[in-house]
Amino acid sequence: MNNMGDTLIPSVGVITDVRIDTPDIKTFRVVTSDGKKAFDHRPGQCAMLSIPGVGEAMFSITSSPTNTEYMEFSIKKCGCVTEWLHQAEVGQQITIRGPYGTPFPVDDVFAGKDLLFIAGGVGLAPLRSVINYCRHYRDRYGNIDIVYGSRSKADLLDYREIIEEWANDAGVKVHLTIDNPQPDWDGHVGFVPSYVKELGFDTDKTAVLCGPPIMIKFTLEALVALGFDKRQVYTTLELRMKCGVGKCGRCNVGAKYVCKDGPVFRCDELEELPSEY
Amino acid sequence: MLKCSLDNVQTLFAEIAKEAKLYLPIDNADGTAVFGEWSRGVAWSNALNTAKSPKDFFFPQTEDLMRFRTEGKKIEVIDVRRESDDFVVFGVRACDVKSFDVLDRVFLSEPCDSFYAEKRAHGIIVSLACTRPAETCFCGIFGIHAAEPAGDVSAWKTEDALYLRANTEKGTALVARLSSVLEECSDDAVNAQKESIAKIMNKLPLKDLSTEAFGGGKTQDLFHSPAWDALSSACLGCGTCTFVCPTCQCYDIKDFNTGNGVIRYRCWDSCMYSEFTKMAHGNNRLTQKERFRQRFMHKLVYYPENNDGLFGCVGCGRCLAKCPISMNIVKVMKQIGGNKGE
Repeated sequence: MNNMGDTLIPSVGVITDVRIDTPDIKTFRVVTSDGKKAFDHRPGQCAMLSIPGVGEAMFSITSSPTNTEYMEFSIKKCGCVTEWLHQAEVGQQITIRGPYGTPFPVDDVFAGKDLLFIAGGVGLAPLRSVINYCRHYRDRYGNIDIVYGSRSKADLLDYREIIEEWANDAGVKVHLTIDNPQPDWDGHVGFVPSYVKELGFDTDKTAVLCGPPIMIKFTLEALVALGFDKRQVYTTLELRMKCGVGKCGRCNVGAKYVCKDGPVFRCDELEELPSEY
Repeated sequence: MLKCSLDNVQTLFAEIAKEAKLYLPIDNADGTAVFGEWSRGVAWSNALNTAKSPKDFFFPQTEDLMRFRTEGKKIEVIDVRRESDDFVVFGVRACDVKSFDVLDRVFLSEPCDSFYAEKRAHGIIVSLACTRPAETCFCGIFGIHAAEPAGDVSAWKTEDALYLRANTEKGTALVARLSSVLEECSDDAVNAQKESIAKIMNKLPLKDLSTEAFGGGKTQDLFHSPAWDALSSACLGCGTCTFVCPTCQCYDIKDFNTGNGVIRYRCWDSCMYSEFTKMAHGNNRLTQKERFRQRFMHKLVYYPENNDGLFGCVGCGRCLAKCPISMNIVKVMKQIGGNKGE
């Protein structure tokens, strides 16, 4: 996709829509300067976005590859690049390069399986791509369970899409939870790991887990306690990245580069890596 | 084998420089040698090796990647790549020649780094055998032969002559255009020198350092070694080892606002620096011990695991000479790998 034949040199992209999702997450719609999708990607892959003079950072592509018109990025405000993006308006140009990373094995390992997606907070962003991919090719997959938790109702990302679309699909069950009770919430209250244990899923499912490191740790323990094998559970890692292609050295853990060999890993593969992620 | 009398070596340099920039080790006022551009009258250093490795020629310490022009909400990406002039790096030691294999596997693997590849395509390496390897040299343990340096052209210097042998297409083309200063000769003088170098290599103090404990698949054995604590405790995190290292290739990408547009450049970075892995939401290597361990595990375990057993160290010994606290990869290999001594 790059206009000048080197992966480090980006293309120009335009923000065509900004959706305020939560108090600190916005979803940005991005196309190229001539209005097209910047490049094709697979569910779970990432892109480098930058604002010249501010910096460049890696983001998961939250829209599904089945969307052929544009890409979306759900971005939480927590650093220089993301703070700048949060004040950007429609029409703002940015730079974009990618796709980077190894995607979820949606066409082989996941095919025909019952799927269990578990997300915490902005961890839904990378999962939305694979969830919508599996919903698009609904007949290729078994039942889908989605467990999603956040601090409060206002912090639930993609809330309208979850309630109005996902929850109405045949064979798709959505289980939402928030950390603390609040007046306008009659759903489940509690942390994701204990909710997963409470729900008690069949162990023939393939699970995909994404969220803050602490949530991943305890949810994986909960799944193992339910009888899941770590080979059935996929997750994504996030480390500092600069090049995106396994050369700058920054996201190296053991013999793996998260930008190239990840961000998707099977949980048993992670056990072979040094615990530096 | 081709030969040029040392009395004639400046003529040889002049011939090379007719069609390519020529860089060779030149003595500094402070007693060290560095690679510099040759021009008439510039003397070729006799130093064993240069203070910095020649990796700069292909992977410069800082390098502009692109420029941006921004106006309101608009951005224009400007390609700043220019075709390099042909150049010859002359007098590269066997260890440093091998370091280009290590760097090639990083930068030339898919997706190929065009900035590095372009310079590799325009550069010719003339190596030089080591007649006086130092006590800090240990290239031999990585299968490198100080008497048989690789490169586009291999060279041996005796008391009175320089001997050259072309190894590649580029090297053959170079010596072909130097025929007015080169004459055909037998291999005898070079063979005699190889024998005497082999004798010195056999006496070097680090020649028996074992690599057996290292290589791909050794992560779990070595990562949790208790020796990392003591080895790393005095590390200043200064990054000197990284900057003098011929194989260290970690880099940073930064933007610089010139006031008239933005330059995006890359520069050498070090996994020993505290901010190397720092993210908006945390840092996965908080202590110097973790960063120190990363550098050596990468060279001795992770890199070979991904590169058919090739180690990410060539035994040049620069870090042994330059570390302000006298810590180095040899001490690490001895203590982590259970080598004899120390």
